Amino acid sequence: MKGILGKKLGMTQVFDPETGEVTPVTVIEAGPCPVVRVKTVESDGYEAVQLAFDAVAEARVTKARLGQLGKAGPHRRLAEFRGPSELTPGESVTVEAFEPGEHVKVSGTGIGKGFAGTIKRHNFSRGPVSHGSHNIRKPGSIGASATPSRVFKGIRMAGRMGGKRVTQVGLTVHEVDPERNLLLVKGAVPGPKNGYVEVREDKGRGRA
Amino acid sequence: MNRVIDSLEQRQLRSDLPPFKAGDSVRVHFQVIEGQRRRVQVFEGIVIKRQGAGVRETFTVRKQSFGVGVERTFPLHSPKIERIEVTAIGDVNRAKLYYLRGKVGKRARVRAKRGVALPVMETPAPTESDMPPEDATGPETDAEPVTAEEPAEEPEAAVEEPAAEPEAEPVPE
Repeated sequence: MKGILGKKLGMTQVFDPETGEVTPVTVIEAGPCPVVRVKTVESDGYEAVQLAFDAVAEARVTKARLGQLGKAGPHRRLAEFRGPSELTPGESVTVEAFEPGEHVKVSGTGIGKGFAGTIKRHNFSRGPVSHGSHNIRKPGSIGASATPSRVFKGIRMAGRMGGKRVTQVGLTVHEVDPERNLLLVKGAVPGPKNGYVEVREDKGRGRA
Repeated sequence: MNRVIDSLEQRQLRSDLPPFKAGDSVRVHFQVIEGQRRRVQVFEGIVIKRQGAGVRETFTVRKQSFGVGVERTFPLHSPKIERIEVTAIGDVNRAKLYYLRGKVGKRARVRAKRGVALPVMETPAPTESDMPPEDATGPETDAEPVTAEEPAEEPEAAVEEPAAEPEAEPVPE
């Protein structure tokens, strides 16, 4: 599994100098990510690679995490990418692992929306706004009466929305800038600006 | 904005466009790609707005075409824009001239500023001589300075890019 950790810097657009076509891109500052550990079937029961990202001062990292990071040194982020890999600890993954045109999926923590009502959170319809209606953004019925005398579990209601891990699939690498460790991905990726993201190769949906 | 994104955009910005603002009359020479062929189309009218910043900036040109108002929005830094000619500087008091949409005929004009030099592009394109005369939409009384300047630009432009000749057939809509 090919993957890299990065930081979403924001979005912009890129012109194709030939056709003048505009491509909306997200700029991700990714890597270099030192390989912290390689998990194997023999030792762990599955294959995976652990990558670190965003080097910081030692004081910023707990001692437990420092032990995990080992020789890679203190970093803010540590993530595991499942799947077979030829990497060895001590190596580094850079944006050069990706090339333009490649399909990727990007995971990150989505922007938190706070306590949201059912219209925003679950795409409910709103009620009528006129004719004396008091049911403009209310959820409506949440169940029957005496039978069952309770609200079923899992009924969609208002509550915390967003701020959870989201994976956007079907994205394409538009440009790679190894000098500045930049990945330009076509389309939007989850999370706020300066949010951490994980970029993985996307082999889904019949892609080789 | 983020410094990295800023530098990415900076790289794509065009510096060869004349300064213009809402109210100015412009001729936009825009490349149209039809299959393999590319030709230059001219869209002439009044700029009714400029919007956005950096590489994402766009401007909208409005003209009357056979009595119907036509607006077209161009990305300012698009490589498809061959060049922009400013034919008149408008004297307006707004940044967005949406009020022109509700007006027809004489009322839909923008007064031209008097005694102001028109901005000239640094790199004149080769298609200048092939421009067919178009019926002007805005008041073009102050457009004489430009027509006076044009002949001076033509010869060197023709020498510069003879290869660009096949595409020099602008078809006004």
